Formats: sequence, structure tokens, C-alpha cells
Amino acid sequence: MPVGHSSRVGLPLRPRRLLRAASCPALLVTHRQSPFRVCPASHLRSMGHGRELVDVTPRSPLYAGLQRKIIFLTLLVSFVPLVLLGGTLYWQFSRIYREKIDEQLRYRAATHGNAVDLFLSERTAFLSAIADTHSLEYMLQPGNLASLLEVMNLRVGGFVDLGVIASDGRHLAYVGPYHLEGLNYYDQPWFVQVMSRGLYISDVYMGYRQVPHSVIAVRHQEKGRIWILRATIDSDVFTKLVRGAQVGRTGDAYLVNGDRINQTAPRFSGEGAVLAQSRIDPSKFGEGTTVLAEPGPEGRNRLYAGVWLRNAKWLLVISQDPAEKMLGLSQARNLEIGIVIAGALAIIFTVILTTRLMVKKLVEADRAVCEMNAQLVQSDKLAAMGKMAASVAHEVNNPLAVISEKTGWALDLLEEEEFQQSKNLEEFRRSLRKIEEHVERARKVVHNMLGFARRMEPHTEDVDINQVIDQTISLLENYARTSNIDIQTHLASDLPIIASDQAQLQQVFLNLVSNAIDAIGNGGSIEVSTRQLDGNIYVNVKDDGPGMTPDMQKKIFEPFVTTKSGGKGTGLGLWVSLGIVEKMGGTITVESKVGKGSTFTVKLPIVVPEKK
Amino acid sequence: METFRVLVVDDEVDFLETLVNRLRRRKLEAEGASSGEEALELMKGKPFDVVVLDIKMPGGLDGIETLREIRRIGPLTEVILLTGHASLETSIEGMKLGAFDYLLKPVKLEELMPKLAAAFEKKAAQEEKIRKVKIREMMRAPGETPENG
Repeated sequence: MPVGHSSRVGLPLRPRRLLRAASCPALLVTHRQSPFRVCPASHLRSMGHGRELVDVTPRSPLYAGLQRKIIFLTLLVSFVPLVLLGGTLYWQFSRIYREKIDEQLRYRAATHGNAVDLFLSERTAFLSAIADTHSLEYMLQPGNLASLLEVMNLRVGGFVDLGVIASDGRHLAYVGPYHLEGLNYYDQPWFVQVMSRGLYISDVYMGYRQVPHSVIAVRHQEKGRIWILRATIDSDVFTKLVRGAQVGRTGDAYLVNGDRINQTAPRFSGEGAVLAQSRIDPSKFGEGTTVLAEPGPEGRNRLYAGVWLRNAKWLLVISQDPAEKMLGLSQARNLEIGIVIAGALAIIFTVILTTRLMVKKLVEADRAVCEMNAQLVQSDKLAAMGKMAASVAHEVNNPLAVISEKTGWALDLLEEEEFQQSKNLEEFRRSLRKIEEHVERARKVVHNMLGFARRMEPHTEDVDINQVIDQTISLLENYARTSNIDIQTHLASDLPIIASDQAQLQQVFLNLVSNAIDAIGNGGSIEVSTRQLDGNIYVNVKDDGPGMTPDMQKKIFEPFVTTKSGGKGTGLGLWVSLGIVEKMGGTITVESKVGKGSTFTVKLPIVVPEKK
Repeated sequence: METFRVLVVDDEVDFLETLVNRLRRRKLEAEGASSGEEALELMKGKPFDVVVLDIKMPGGLDGIETLREIRRIGPLTEVILLTGHASLETSIEGMKLGAFDYLLKPVKLEELMPKLAAAFEKKAAQEEKIRKVKIREMMRAPGETPENG
């Protein structure tokens, strides 16, 4: 026994044995007419071998379903938190943002309310101070009132005219652009108010002059005499002051009185004109500063902030389209949606990629298991077949031995004198020789059968490749003949005897030749040739079958790949053959052209047998 | 060719008889035994030069056991094993036990005859050697007359 296969290959013994055992039935796999033909993997399921074999292509519904499930679940548990988090963040952010906008609006309303208040109280105080510091006589002297108005406008500004009115309502003196002397205000509501309260700031009204204006009137008591100093404030001044609170493209600010009449002109006509009814109902605004969301003139919601001025008659309204202010928010929202979508895409991509990878690995693992199972099934079959073949051969052997001996005996007896005279002597002898010849033939068949059936532990023996090929072809001759295929051999006579495993080599050649027969189908020729070159023996098996595409050529050595239709092949034959040859340190290559046929070349290194 | 005694052991009686006949026809002193026991019985009579032994025999003594016994009874008797392919391992075991050679069944007489002759030659050579050794012993120690003289 040489150093041995096992140490050369360097694989653990057990799996190797399995592989080895499994490689044996390759000849059965491809031999179409064998009663022991192994079913393709997909059929094995129903064969009741106790080992489930599954369809191990990644496209099988089993794996597709699994992949779908994994992807669905992973995406579900990734997306739900992502979307929830995104939604919550946005909701919180937008709430805070809205609050901030409200706050800004509220603050602006309050400060501008204060400014208007200050404007009014300043003028009221100044007017009161003028009244308090000048006597009626001084007021009524021509020119004095005009210079007072001048001083007032110089110091505080905003006054249009100035008038002195007696307690009976008569206009005593007037300085200003209109000619109001001599008018009697006794019946005017503001006159009644100022007489009773001492101070009056009117709403904006048209009055006699047909220009929106407002008056401030103060009552003065001087030595029992009561007179009223009255100044007009141009509503334009108000309007300008109030409009200072307008912000942005959509911001608006105006004054509304308690009767819902606009005191200054709103920026947008939809809010109502000056002195017309306002869109805004002041009764909705309570103490302090109130912020309301109301449908604006364009139908969209607008934010309205309102603050009552200290005179408690006017409401400063600041309004804004939140959309403008919300621009930042919507940008933030878009950014967030972008991030979520990018994240989602990344998740989808990763999940699909990793799941594919995982399922691929799984398929590979399953395939390995499946191959192992197939190998086990194969070796089971081989064992059963080996036993059967051995017993059949032995049973046939004994009668063959008897026939052979009896024939020999008969031939011996023919040499006796008494038979020598028989005229049929030659006929007898010929018949007996024929019997011997055919016994020899039967003997060969039986020995071949036993040769295959014998379970081969890996071992090396002296192998004559040419003889192995002859033997293989003699086995397949009948099969080839029924398919009208001519098998030619061109065997080099100078091949050395090598140390190898005869039975396994026989399987390889059997696979290649029977594949060639199957490939041709019906009518054709196969050429088997051997030659020696550079320390290797080359065996070519050439057929004139349909040939293979380059794609197919790449795949044929993979397990479960077959070109044979209808479950004729298991796709294991070439794979097993390659395994055998590679273990011997050789290779199998293929050259093929569609329509021209294929040539398989087995290269075996020449291993010189040890001397015994 | 010098004649010698051959014992054929095979459970297939038809085969046995025919082979014995054919050997006898070729001027060999052939006997047949259809079982291991019978063979051993015959061995105890006049010793055989060569035994042709079918290694696979049902019932009673099997080939290997018979071989062992034959080697015990007649250590110089050469044994040729007949074997089916399936019992090749047994044949190897037989060879280890000192069988002369093995032949695959069904065997052709043309193959068997030279093997028989070779086996007989080997046996004869061995006997010759033993004889010479004995003579040398007798010469070396002339005073010590062998008891069986």
C-alpha cells in the first residue's frame, strides 16, 4: 500500500469517505437504461428515503417566500419607529414653532399698543398742559392760537388744527386748514362727553371736513368759566404709526373701535376700509393681548393678535398669514421628510441587500446539505446494488463453471478413438468451442459487473488506462448500438501503467462516454483517444452531438446541472467525475461548439506504481 | 509430465466430477471432495500434493477454515484457491494463510494446469530441500543415529 490517498488529499477522513462513496454511483446516474437510475433532486422528495431533499435554487418559492417575509418584517420594525419618531419630532417642533409665532405676534401687538397709547397720552397731556397754562383771553387773541399750534407741532407733532370752544358749544377760535369758526358743537356727542368727563378722544370720523380724523378735546375750568381746547389729529399719523407694526408681505396692523369700525386703513382691502365695518369682531378680544386664528380674506387662516388700548375704545389688531412665518417650519419639515426618505431608502436598500445575501448563504448551505443527502442516497443505492450484483454474479458463476467444465470434458472425450471416426466430429468440436467462447463472454460480463459492484475503499492499483477504456466501451456498446452510435477508439500503445483506482477511473470514462451517447441522442459517432504528453495521460472523448453554449460549458461541472431533459440526468455525473479526477491530481476540461459537438479531455498525471 | 496427487474441493458436484475427470485424463491422480469435512477426511489418508479449493462453500466448514485445517494436516501440501470476484478479500486472506495462488471462477483448464504444475514443483522443491537438510544433519552428526532411521 502506498502512502495513501487520504494523507495526500489532507481532508478529514469521514467526509472524504462520504464523498468517495457518493462518487461511486456516478455510472448509475447517467446510465439511462439502468434500473437503478437515481431520480433528480426534485423527485427524491417523494421517494421515501427518509431524507428530505428540497429544491435548492434561490428562485424556489420556499426561499422567495422566506426572503419576502424577512424583508417585510425588517422593514416594518424599521419604518414604524422611524415614521413615529419623525412624526413626533415634527409635531413637537411645529407646536413650539407656532407658539413662538404666537408669542412674537403677541409681543408686537403689546409693544405697538403701548406706542399708540403713548402717542395719544403724550398728545393729550400736551394739550392739557397748553390748556392749563394759557388763559382763554390769550387764546382768543388773534395769532396766539396759531403760534400755540406751531409750538405743539414742533414739540410733539401730529396736530392738524387747534380750536377753542365755549361751554355752549360755540367755536370761539380756530387755527387750521378748515374754516370751522362759528360752528356750534353743542349737539355733538364728543362735546357732551368732554363736558362731563374733562377729556375726550374721539373715534376717527369724517366730520365736517370729509377727511378721516380724530379729535382730542380737554375741558378747562378757569375762574368759573369752562372752555374746551380741541385739537385734531390726522388719522394718517395714526395709520403710519400703526402700520409700523406690519411685518413681511402679509403682515397687517390697524385700529378697530368697539363698534367694529376700522379706525385706520388696513393694508389689505379685504380687512375692510377705514371707517367701514371691520372683518374683525373686537368683542372676541379680551383683556390684555389675545391671539386668534381666523379665516382671512383669502380664505386661509390668519393669525390675529389684538390688544385694547388704554382708552379702552380702540383695539390694535396685528394680523399675519402664518404661512409666511411657517416658511422655516416647512423647510424644517421638508428637511425632515428628506432625511426620513433617505433613511428609508437606505434601510430598504440594506435590508434587501442583506436579506438577499442571507438567503443566498442559506441556499448555499441547503444545497450543501442536499448534495450530502444526494450522496448518501447514492451510496445507499450503490451498497444495495453492489450486494445484489455480487449475489447474482456468484449464482451465475457456478453454473458457468459447470458449463465450462462439462464443455471441456466433452472436448476431452472427443479425442477418444471411437469419436474420431464420427463424421460429425468437426461439427461437435465447433459447437463445443462456440459454447466455450460464449461462456467466456458471459464470464466477462459477470466479472465486469462484480468489478463495478465491489465497494471500493480508496486504494491504488496498477491501471492500464487503455484497458479501462476498452472495458468501459464494451459495457456501453450495446447501448450505443441501439442509438445507432459508432464508438471509435484511438488508443496510444505506449501508455505506461499508472498507480490509480481502476474502478473510479472506469466511472469517469463511463460517465463521459454515456454523456456523449445521451448528448448525440440518435445516430452519430464518438471518438475516444488516449495519448501521453509531458508526464500526463490525456483521454479525449469527442462526440458529434449538438454541442453546448459557452454559458452551459461553464456550468456543467456544477452539481445538479444537466442538459438532459425529463429527469434523465441528475446533474451529478460530471461533478462526481471531476471530483474523482481532481483527487487523482488531474483535470477535466471541455471544448464545445454549438452544432459541432463537444470534446471532454481528462488529464491524469502519470504516477508510477511502487515496485512490489 | 510427472504425475502428482490433486484434491479438488467444491460444493458444486457437477463441476467437481467433471474437473476431476478432466484432470485424471491429463494423467493426474485427482480426487474430489464436495465439502471441507470430506476433504480433510481424504487428506488423512494418502497425502495430496496440491489441493484446489473453492473458497466459497455453503454449510459446514468454509473455505478459509478448510484451508487452515489442510495447512495443519499437511504443511507441505500446496493449495490453489478458486474464487468468485466478490470473495476477493477472502482470497487475499487465504493467500496470507499460505495458499499458493488464487484463480477466478469459472477457471479454464488451460489456466489451471500450469498453476497445478507450478504448485507441485514448489512442493517438490520444498521436499527436496527438507530431504537435503535431513541428509546434512545425518552427515554432520554421524554418531547420533536418528531414531526413525
